Amino acid sequence: MKNSVQNDIRIGVFICDCGSNIAGYLEMKELVEYAKTLPNVAFVQENLYTCSEGGINEIKVAIPRENLNRVVVASCTPRTHEPLFMSACEEAGMNPYLFEMANIRDQCSWVHMREREAGTERAKVQIAMAVAKAAKLRELSRIQLSLSHRAMVIGGGVAGMSAALALANMGYEVDLVEKQDRLGGLLNKLNMILPSNEHPSILVNSLVDRLKNHPRVAIHTESVVTKTEGYVGNFVATLNERGADAKIKCGVVIVAIGAQAFKPEGLFNYDGTKVITHLELESKLNQGTVDAKNIAIIQCVGSRSKERTYCSRICCMTAVKNAILIKEASPETKITIFYRDMQMYGVENEEMFRKSKKLGVRFVTYDPKRPPTFDGESVSVYHARMGRDMVTSVDLLVLSTPLIAQDGATEISTMLKVPVNENGFFLEGHVKLKPLDFATDGVYLCGNARFPATIREAVSQGLGAASRAAGVLSKEALFTSGIVADINADTCCGCLGCLQVCPYGAINFIENRGVCQVNKVLCKGCGGCAATCPSGSARLDGFSNQQIYAQIEQAMAG
Amino acid sequence: MSESQFEPKIVGFLCNWCAYAGADLAGVSRLQYPPNLRTIRTLCSATVGPHQILKAFQKGADGIFVGG
Repeated sequence: MKNSVQNDIRIGVFICDCGSNIAGYLEMKELVEYAKTLPNVAFVQENLYTCSEGGINEIKVAIPRENLNRVVVASCTPRTHEPLFMSACEEAGMNPYLFEMANIRDQCSWVHMREREAGTERAKVQIAMAVAKAAKLRELSRIQLSLSHRAMVIGGGVAGMSAALALANMGYEVDLVEKQDRLGGLLNKLNMILPSNEHPSILVNSLVDRLKNHPRVAIHTESVVTKTEGYVGNFVATLNERGADAKIKCGVVIVAIGAQAFKPEGLFNYDGTKVITHLELESKLNQGTVDAKNIAIIQCVGSRSKERTYCSRICCMTAVKNAILIKEASPETKITIFYRDMQMYGVENEEMFRKSKKLGVRFVTYDPKRPPTFDGESVSVYHARMGRDMVTSVDLLVLSTPLIAQDGATEISTMLKVPVNENGFFLEGHVKLKPLDFATDGVYLCGNARFPATIREAVSQGLGAASRAAGVLSKEALFTSGIVADINADTCCGCLGCLQVCPYGAINFIENRGVCQVNKVLCKGCGGCAATCPSGSARLDGFSNQQIYAQIEQAMAG
Repeated sequence: MSESQFEPKIVGFLCNWCAYAGADLAGVSRLQYPPNLRTIRTLCSATVGPHQILKAFQKGADGIFVGG
């Protein structure tokens, strides 16, 4: 930026009430009057909600009217609202990097709710710090990147297939990677789907047919992704397809690796014949080999326990579904479901629950402190209302076990640098705001890999993840953040200190000139190089020493 | 100034991706703490160099918190 502009810095300060979130705890009038006294401040305005359409408009109108060349918003956190305010500045013709925020809500009014005076003092200092930094900001520009419009979906279950087909139908090339020899995932092991009363093969075959005949879908069975490099728009994945390695370029990756049923080894004499899991019951029902006359089903086996604290969500519906199917085929078969709480959310499931009761399925609640026991012949459980043990003779015992994290989830988590939770399920970027995105750009998740889901939920998550991914793929070009490091080649002494600390491999040593240089596409703006550089040649634009010093000075002035 | 009146000035350098998010979460959770802290957002704790810490002491900071 030229000196002439430096001399004429005009900062607009917008102070947000956030309804009563800020105005309820701080003296707003005092903040406004104080901001007016700060150097280079040309305009101050209080907004009820700066982030509302009205507030944004006031910024956009004030920039040309007041001839502002810097904007400071004192409100919530830049982590959520900085992009919004930066784009408002950009729309008003200002370089968006001449914008700065003061956090006077999350880090002030909300943490000093009982200290109005001291809280107001802190807010003043935080505003003065932001104004001082704003005066030192420079215009920065984003870098334009090309991208691959191809998608890679890892996992060929119902969620992955739905995602792949949706993306292909939107016009993008898709690589669908499945480690088994055929698509379908868990659906291949199921018997019937209720309430639609369909065999799952109908759904699987319909998806597989459409995928196989789609000109834009490449299906890779018996394949695993062993390595990924790159970043959003420009990933390079190494695919091992039946022993042969190939490199595939793609712009986005969708993780849909599913989950697996927990095998209850050592619980209730589980043996896979007389005592089985629901998944095993489904395959017996599929083959028509269930001839038991007294069936007991125990819920929450291996879940909602010390080892696995979570509820697997789908086992109650599965138990009721299978009970209905057995009762309809042989009404004289006695079925008892031992449960802690029934989770039958939604109208259709509630109706299924009622129907099972009408058909004569018996529901017996148990206390987790006194769980049922099985001696090989009968299930005993303490019945709280009768005040005594109840004994039910059984010739087939079915255990409702939870879905647990898929084999290989940890490897994929490490490979793509995306997190899993304490149970090994993949962790979304935000439970409400980004439920199908990872925090890492360009990587998405859906289906059981995320958490146990019904078929319908897995399909809608697959479609949702595809839609999020298409948000990237549909762009002509991507833009990186303007906040990246820069090395002054005139003063760099080529010590390689920066190269050693850079976690992104974004620094190259230019041998013939003996200096280091930043690859601005790979740079994530951590500033490690700037802190390390002994000659002060490496600088992080937007967080430079000058700017931070200005903040420090104000922090101590108040 | 007697010891009981001493109000330290503390500068917090907070990494945008963790400690700054943590300070936001303290607000969202309405955790209350003394108003002696002044926070500076950085994009990584790695960007906080020794000279920035010394500068803060030079300007009169009583304590410095680097969170990352």
